[in-house]
Amino acid sequence: MEFFKIRHDIPFMRHALAFNVVSLLTFLLAVFFLATKGLNFSIEFTGGTVMEIRYQQPANVEGIRNSLASLGYADAQVQNFGTSRDVLIRLPLKSSGGDTNRATARQSELVFSELTKNAIPGDAPACAPMYALYRELVSIEDPQRRPKDKLDQLAKQREALAGQCTELSRVEFVGPQVGRELAENGALALLITSIGIVLYLALRFEWKFGVAAIIANLHDVVIILGFFALFQWEFSLPVLAAVLAVLGYSVNESVVIADRIRENFRKMRKASVTEIIDNAITRTISRTIITHGCTQTMVSSMLVFGGPALHYFALALTIGICFGIYSSVLVMAPIVRWLGIRRDDLVKPLKEKKEEAVV
Amino acid sequence: MNRYPLWVYVTVAVALVLGALYALPNLFGEAPAVQVSAARATLKADTTVMGRVEEALKKAGIQPTGVFLDLVGVKVRFVDEDTQLKAKDVINQALNPDAANPSYTVALNLLPNSPRWLSAIHAQPMYLGLDLRGGVHFLLQVDMRAAITKRAESLVGDIRSQLRDKNVRHSGITREGNNIVVSFRDAQTRDKAREIVAGQIPDLQLTDSSSGSDLLLVASIKPEAQKRTQEFALKQNIQTLHNRINELGVAEPVIQQQGSDRVVVQLPGVQDTAKAKEILGRTATLEIRMVDHDNMNAAALAAARAGQVPFGDEFYIERDGAPILVRKQVVLTGDRLTDAQPGFDSQNHEPAVHLTLDSRGAFIFKEITRENVGKRMAILLIEKGKGEVVTAPVIKTEIGGGRVQISGRMTTVEANDVALLLRAGALAAPMEIIEERTVGPSLGAENIKKGFDSTVYGFAALSLFIVVYYSLFGAFSTLALCANLLFLIALLSMLQATLTLPGIAAIALTLGMAIDANVLINERVREELRGGATPQAAIHAGYERAFGTILDSNVTTLIAGLALLIFGSGPVRGFAVVHCLGILTSIFSSVVVSRAMVNLTYGTRKKLERVAIGNTAWK
Repeated sequence: MEFFKIRHDIPFMRHALAFNVVSLLTFLLAVFFLATKGLNFSIEFTGGTVMEIRYQQPANVEGIRNSLASLGYADAQVQNFGTSRDVLIRLPLKSSGGDTNRATARQSELVFSELTKNAIPGDAPACAPMYALYRELVSIEDPQRRPKDKLDQLAKQREALAGQCTELSRVEFVGPQVGRELAENGALALLITSIGIVLYLALRFEWKFGVAAIIANLHDVVIILGFFALFQWEFSLPVLAAVLAVLGYSVNESVVIADRIRENFRKMRKASVTEIIDNAITRTISRTIITHGCTQTMVSSMLVFGGPALHYFALALTIGICFGIYSSVLVMAPIVRWLGIRRDDLVKPLKEKKEEAVV
Repeated sequence: MNRYPLWVYVTVAVALVLGALYALPNLFGEAPAVQVSAARATLKADTTVMGRVEEALKKAGIQPTGVFLDLVGVKVRFVDEDTQLKAKDVINQALNPDAANPSYTVALNLLPNSPRWLSAIHAQPMYLGLDLRGGVHFLLQVDMRAAITKRAESLVGDIRSQLRDKNVRHSGITREGNNIVVSFRDAQTRDKAREIVAGQIPDLQLTDSSSGSDLLLVASIKPEAQKRTQEFALKQNIQTLHNRINELGVAEPVIQQQGSDRVVVQLPGVQDTAKAKEILGRTATLEIRMVDHDNMNAAALAAARAGQVPFGDEFYIERDGAPILVRKQVVLTGDRLTDAQPGFDSQNHEPAVHLTLDSRGAFIFKEITRENVGKRMAILLIEKGKGEVVTAPVIKTEIGGGRVQISGRMTTVEANDVALLLRAGALAAPMEIIEERTVGPSLGAENIKKGFDSTVYGFAALSLFIVVYYSLFGAFSTLALCANLLFLIALLSMLQATLTLPGIAAIALTLGMAIDANVLINERVREELRGGATPQAAIHAGYERAFGTILDSNVTTLIAGLALLIFGSGPVRGFAVVHCLGILTSIFSSVVVSRAMVNLTYGTRKKLERVAIGNTAWK
């Protein structure tokens, strides 16, 4: 089987200006959304509490909102998560006096005991006494003063009633100082990756390739972020990981083309720079699309089967892969040309024999 | 030209066999088990305990599928979870007749179901993160400023006793922030004091100063001593957490330092944050101070209750409601305490708590009690800056040897409580929970399934496409990808790196990206064939030329992976570990392993007319 039977080089460079205008517009649009809407950072970055509650029957989201409002969390977000029985609650940090951390680490306990105050449809009848015991224990603010025998009793009841009551299936609490650090570290990781890639490409090829590749791929990163800003998708740690993975991955693309351009400079001695770049892109387009298609197959599978926990991770990868094809081919190559790449830059008189390219 | 020397085939074969061997335990899964370990340092879970466990199970008619003894303790494996729960109660009753004061920790655990010979070569299943197995994760921040302040406070006491020993007269020692200020009437005395303090306590930096008519000696803790104090505080807190968590009965707790002032606590299988916090939340520090007898009269107490506390004192209410004035100066802190056990007074059989102090603590205690017979001392628990008098016993005689008994006005339960609090060790510095993550076990199982499903279906679709598109070479690529997966799982199992849900996602992504190398090679081989090269030459050129590009592109991906590994934390680190390992294994498998297969198939044929790499007939 063969998809790409291209006999003549496609004149990509003739339309370079158009491609660059398109990507500049997309880029500016992404920056615009980032500036106006901003990213919807997850609590990992902002600090706060996330609770996932599993009900036995479809949950009454409105009722949960009202209960939270009565606790003073008018700004809490409540939404279904995956199924109608699962509910995700996001509570912002509550700064009540100096003892912020202690107070917020307790948030989830207080919220859960409030939510289980009234009978919940679908629960086994034996659940109510367990909730009551939980409320009683949680009402004691200092965990140390909670009587040990009652805690044991609660654990026993919980074990016996597993799968029959409303359950707090996940709690995540992040204090403010941790969030700030994560954001700083994330930015630092992005910076180090960019510098590392530029340095490596400059070493292996030429600084013009390094600069062009990183501009092309950071433009991808900004566009991914722009999507997250536009749709207000949650920007969490796994999404950050996806963004960095995409950065490393789509640089591959630029490497393959740079390799090919170098080879062409060597082989096509009479051709112009434009012809050389056109030929390089045409010859590699088959590999580009098949590889990206394969990676996207995997990512789509995550999008379909991975559930809500991997949803935004896979989404970020999808955007990154789609724009990665475009930018590393059609943004990077024109930039390299404008930076004034010449035969002498790549074909060093003495080193000719070993460095040959692929595809 | 397409033949590998023998050693390459051998290397590939050995790598595959090792990979299969170390990935194998993951297929067997894990069985429910009960783990018995000693709750006190004086006890040991040895063969006698193993005998008792077996006997108790036999008596109850429970049939275990295996009983083992290892460094941690006795582990018993069962068929299902019901038996496991029943067995836990049976063993607990047999080993801990006194439930309030357990000698052994009996905890639920999972044991690898793999055969013994696999365990013998240390082949274990992958270590699952909390988001996959369920459990609690806490990040605790140690309040280092409090640790330094406390150190300064205890140095005040040290300086005072030094000067008293040498008969140097001062007119007051106070702590101001982290500095200790000693005032003197004349310069001569100050010089003498400086000499003594500098000689005895090298941790202090001494400077002269004056305030009004008083000459002052200001002692500050040297930066390196501060650093040491902080390191010690962190270490002690980790040790204390270890002790406390032992009492919680968790099978494989993780208690680790993170950075210079943080502690990570992970309790797999624990669902009860309420109970876990009860254990961790005891951010109490223990202090022994003297009761201010000069001011323990009704008038002063009433004034203190109204807010006029005498200088150098603090006002507390005892547990029974009696008011008490305690000096601010700390005689002893919890770090001098090595053990605390509940018991009974040997004379009047009242409930009591027996304390054991370390040698320095014993020395200080001896001095203090000698000078204060008949007076009262107070044992305080300090929490978040608020203190509470646990007990304030009267000193009956001088107590030497570091063995102290606290008795009087206590019930057995109280004695147990106090001993537990003291024994679990006071923290050297208070801690706060700054991050908490809880995942229920059912959610964990779901996460595993979702991660597994996305990998399997994605991989199946990808393999199908590659085989159709590149025919036999596609099959080789797919097999190479399988080998990659095998190596990755084997490496993760060998390193016992924590596998999280983002980690599983990274496995899927690594497979999706690793195919790039094979696509590069296959496309190049096709191109060479189209260019008119003979099949053998095309295969050779394809592999040889692709290698440089594959290396380049993997290095750039690796740079991103390493940056994530260094700066990432939590879920991102789980992703980064798998991502980086995956890049390394994919270079080997997509280049060497797939080439080995190609060479075995085509390399030996002298006259090769065509290779099965899909349609290349067009020109």
